[in-house]
Amino acid sequence: MNKFDTKIQELKYEVLKELIRSAYNGDMDDIYTDIPKKIVPGPKATMRCCIYKERAILQERIRMAKGGNKSDPNVIEVIDEACDECPIGGIYVTPACRGCLNHMCYHVCPKGAITVVNNKPIIDKDKCIECGKCVQACPYNAIIHQQRPCMMSCKVKAISMNEDKKARIDFSKCIMCGACVYQCPFGAIQDKSYILDCIDLLKKSEGGAKYKVHAVIAPAIVSQFKYAAIEQVITGIKMLGFHQVTEAALGADIVLYHEAEEFKEKGVMTTSCCPSFVMFVEKNFPELRQYISSSNSPMVEAAKLIKRTDPTAKVVFIGPCTSKKMEFRMPKTDGAVDCVISFEELQAFLDARDVDVTALEGTPLDNASYYGRIFAKSCGIAQGIKAVGESMGVTGINPIAMSGIDQCRVNLLKLKMGKSAENFFEGMACDGGCINGALCLHHGMKNMIDVDKYGQSAKEKNIDGSVKLYKMSLQAEDDRNSN
Amino acid sequence: MIISVCVGSSCHLKGSYDVIEGFKKAIEESGVGDKITLQASFCLGHCAEGVTAKVDDEFITGLNGDNVGQIFKERILPSVL
Repeated sequence: MNKFDTKIQELKYEVLKELIRSAYNGDMDDIYTDIPKKIVPGPKATMRCCIYKERAILQERIRMAKGGNKSDPNVIEVIDEACDECPIGGIYVTPACRGCLNHMCYHVCPKGAITVVNNKPIIDKDKCIECGKCVQACPYNAIIHQQRPCMMSCKVKAISMNEDKKARIDFSKCIMCGACVYQCPFGAIQDKSYILDCIDLLKKSEGGAKYKVHAVIAPAIVSQFKYAAIEQVITGIKMLGFHQVTEAALGADIVLYHEAEEFKEKGVMTTSCCPSFVMFVEKNFPELRQYISSSNSPMVEAAKLIKRTDPTAKVVFIGPCTSKKMEFRMPKTDGAVDCVISFEELQAFLDARDVDVTALEGTPLDNASYYGRIFAKSCGIAQGIKAVGESMGVTGINPIAMSGIDQCRVNLLKLKMGKSAENFFEGMACDGGCINGALCLHHGMKNMIDVDKYGQSAKEKNIDGSVKLYKMSLQAEDDRNSN
Repeated sequence: MIISVCVGSSCHLKGSYDVIEGFKKAIEESGVGDKITLQASFCLGHCAEGVTAKVDDEFITGLNGDNVGQIFKERILPSVL
């Protein structure tokens, strides 16, 4: 079974794997020359015009794997060398046009941008608004909408091109959802990696003697690593030097508890587990900011819980998400999480350390309830908040699940206009939720079924146990502070 | 005295929450709440030995909701009274 969905993921993985090996061999001096040559031995180029360009791009990928440009606040960067300067022709009539007599393209154009000459349409670019109606109307599929995949994937219009035709990301608009990272077919837009920081944390812990490094894993793990059982992956993570693997879903249980309480006061609210969605609201609907849940995200809640039980602990979050790489460095998370790596990076880490998870015995993973676990999919929080609200005596919660920025925008507009039937807005930037996160190994809607099964296999069927644990940890912290 | 009950995955599956409830009850019934802090710990490293608790520096393994009251009385209570 393929470990990844795309060639670009594989390339990124190869770079990470070699970098991690070098970090453990203590041999970082020659990485910029050795790693590209290892991945592209030549003499024939297979990806670009020549092996020298291929290697130059790999050097940029190494730079990103080492954390990228430190002075750029974004966690996503454009690799100029890799950007293929895709054309942005807009609406374009191809030679497939048969020069028919109906001219449906002409008739549907709302702006009068099409004139017909010799039975073939000519598009006036000054009038054309790229609505795509002619594209849909042509019975021969002869009209295409030529867009850059990065710009098309970016639902907040943060990507433009500069005078050299290279993609540029506007940080003031970007919500770090990572759609462009996954969608660019040339791999020219990439997320920064903090894998070396993670390795540093593990090394300095001296095998847990100095402090313990806990891994907190996102529930989307269930649809990843399909070639092995989750339990085997957990054993693998522990072999990398982590003390224990805890489900972020445990934090999600606590978030549900907080949000049900908060709903009583607010009456209308939007969720806070997806940092890209929160940024989307803040940057595009500032007037709705008051409705954003004040809860921490599940990642932060789980990390705080761990640190209350073990104050010297370090926490590394492992997930499918680019924007978690931003969130853990935001002041509002109080440094609860020390590092974030992705599922892609975890795969590279395991392979670089020669940990074959398929050969390992399993270690159980069970901390959270059914409801916490289903946070990984769209509708998960909506389902959870309704049930948890009822059990806590909070009535009147009428949730809606929005996944993908387009859905979020439509429903937030309704909320802004006061025309919403719902009062609890679950927002996730990725289509279908975290199981389709940009840094997942595998993407696809069938993963929804995996999430449901995973939820049902949880020992805890409701959040009561998690909430008791949460309250106990607060009490223990109070006791410690008062002594 | 600090009692840390393991809530790592293995122990959780074997009934950590029952053990915590059992300890709470036993502490309350014995009236030693002011002398004992009950807390949780993510993995005490005895995953194969049933639910584990660390009492100061000593590990007690094989706990469950049924035996926790008795074990508390025999092995923990005498040292706080």
